[in-house]
Amino acid sequence: MGQNQHQQINMQQKENMSNEKQWDLIIEPKPKLFQLNLKEVWRYRDLMLLFVKRDFVAQYKQTILGPLWHIIQPIFTTLVFLLVFGKIANIPTDGITPILFFMSGVTIWTYFSACLTATSTTFIANASIFGKVYFPRLVIPLSTVISNLIKFGIQLLLLIVAIVWYAIKGEDYYFGWHLLLVPVLVVMMAILGLGLGIIISSLTTKYRDFTVLIGFAVQLLMYASPVAYPLSFLHTKSYAKWIAWNPLSPILEGFRFALFHKGNFMYHDLIYSGVFIAIIMVLGLWMFSKVERTFMDTV
Amino acid sequence: MSTVIKVENLGKQYRLGSVSTGSLSHDINRSWHKLLGKADPYLKLSEVNDRTSKGNSDYVWAIQDINFDVERGEVLGIIGRNGAGKSTLLKILSRTTAPTKGAVKIKGRVASLLEVGTGFHPELSGRENIFLNGAILGMTKKEISRKFDEIVDFAGVERYIDTPVKRYSSGMYVRLAFAVAAHLESEILIVDEVLAVGDAAFQKKCMGKMSEMSKGEGRTVLFVSHNLPAVKRLCTKALYLSNGQLHYNGTVAEAASHYFKEVEYRSTLLSDFNKREGNGKVRLTSIDILSKHPVEMNQDLKLLLKLHQPIEKSRLIMSFTLRDFDHQMLSYFVSDETQLIFENKDQTLTDSVEIHIKNLNFRPGKYNVRIMLHDSDTTAENTCDIVESAMELEVIGNDFFQSGKPLRLHDPTAILNAYFVYK
Repeated sequence: MGQNQHQQINMQQKENMSNEKQWDLIIEPKPKLFQLNLKEVWRYRDLMLLFVKRDFVAQYKQTILGPLWHIIQPIFTTLVFLLVFGKIANIPTDGITPILFFMSGVTIWTYFSACLTATSTTFIANASIFGKVYFPRLVIPLSTVISNLIKFGIQLLLLIVAIVWYAIKGEDYYFGWHLLLVPVLVVMMAILGLGLGIIISSLTTKYRDFTVLIGFAVQLLMYASPVAYPLSFLHTKSYAKWIAWNPLSPILEGFRFALFHKGNFMYHDLIYSGVFIAIIMVLGLWMFSKVERTFMDTV
Repeated sequence: MSTVIKVENLGKQYRLGSVSTGSLSHDINRSWHKLLGKADPYLKLSEVNDRTSKGNSDYVWAIQDINFDVERGEVLGIIGRNGAGKSTLLKILSRTTAPTKGAVKIKGRVASLLEVGTGFHPELSGRENIFLNGAILGMTKKEISRKFDEIVDFAGVERYIDTPVKRYSSGMYVRLAFAVAAHLESEILIVDEVLAVGDAAFQKKCMGKMSEMSKGEGRTVLFVSHNLPAVKRLCTKALYLSNGQLHYNGTVAEAASHYFKEVEYRSTLLSDFNKREGNGKVRLTSIDILSKHPVEMNQDLKLLLKLHQPIEKSRLIMSFTLRDFDHQMLSYFVSDETQLIFENKDQTLTDSVEIHIKNLNFRPGKYNVRIMLHDSDTTAENTCDIVESAMELEVIGNDFFQSGKPLRLHDPTAILNAYFVYK
């Protein structure tokens, strides 16, 4: 009898469990420790592409030059770098043609800083849309990273044109398997920009101090990274090891190494960057998934 | 029938005042308690959400202890005064914010229409926005393409489909937005007050679409509105929320009467005439029912009304309006068209009036009475007092038709003394 009852209770529990399973969605105060819903993000892939398109189209409404701005911007930055760092400060370029050295640094750096600054405003800039309708919030920063990737692609094309131009003019050029490193480095930059960006966007929902911070922090970070100078230039300086610890340094050095096969890049440095990026990304996703549920109350 | 939404002990707490000042210290205190394994210190502090009384805590429960189930194919109306927690409830259901307590379990896809045109980009054309908005609401490109013509047709914007939506009239904008949402293939649709915009014809179209969705396609609709006739027409059940708590869950008529009771209780205490409309020359201060109440059908009703100060009998005009609890007018009369009896002929002033109604021919139920006082004529500027819900009148049934059969109790309206002859 007692056993029977026990069995019945067991049955009931099982039934309850199967009942729980038939719900498609359970909304609760606390998220599961790591609720990512990548499957859901995938289901919304069309939305992601539409956002990418919207970013593009909306940006060039009522401009004369339109997408040409993507090319003008790096050209002028490169020229200024060439003047200030190359001619005035006389910084060596690891034997790379100076204009290509600066242009490659500017190209990859611009991608990182664009990803970072754009994703860092995810919550605040989209508050009005987030407040009215649900879709996986991660769609927005991901679409930002993708639309910046397209801009990066345009700039990379410009860089390739420049390399080919100088190759025709008789300068050194490199064509080998190290070039395969380029997409890896771009993905690393994208993830680092995204990871840091969503950490900051999560913090800004409550404390706006971070929006102020990000504005000049990105600029300062550029000077602490080998964008306008090679790492080898610092080897005698006491602060060289600090710059070397910057997880961005191996990526920037690696990018130039992959393109020109010059400089003192080492693969194991890249592993250090990779670990750092992985930690940032996991931390970012954790914070993001925590904040996205209630940020409407504090933003 | 199966349950598609199950809401259990749902609660949502908000912090009042500015978010940034002091929130850091609260955050630190909160994580300190968490570290020690204690409960969140600010959860206990908060109070029921009553805007009018000044509370002691910085934290309030926008909604608290909400429990209800929704069955497939139901159209559930959610009514309540402003600030009752309707929108908070919908926000949690549509996942734009998370609850503080409790859980919601949902079966099927949810589409919410909390504000029309969410994610519409003014620079993009109607066509592009249909795709963008549809994708935001959770449709894939394929689904939208398949329904595209239907959406354009429903919205009636075919001619403008390639024009940027910033050139649209607001009505066109809303129509397009509603059309996209209504054609979602979701099992559950959440609609908040969107019908307030758009012309009558379109509103009717929306209502038709919504009832078609629930009846024809077995989809569930949650509908929040202040438009009670719309709720009554559309909904099969209703929730009544007040101060963040669920006060009633059941029939639409009963929920509506709860709603009006609260609205009236707040807006018109007879003695408090400061907030009432009218020029205030003379105000109503009390109503007494001199006859038996609740009044039986076909019996007489006698009321005594007192005014706050005397007024010349020759100038006083009074009107009496009987309405149902949706404030639909059922009957009215004005003293300048009825017989007038002047008692106490030696006095030209009066501050008390009796109203006699013979044979109250109304069906059993509850009615709402509006009294208006006028000076000399019934123009707006000479209206002295408007008492929207001066009293509640209850009529009880009897053998009105002398047929020995019971009368239906729903839909209180006037009744005619009639009989049928079957030949």
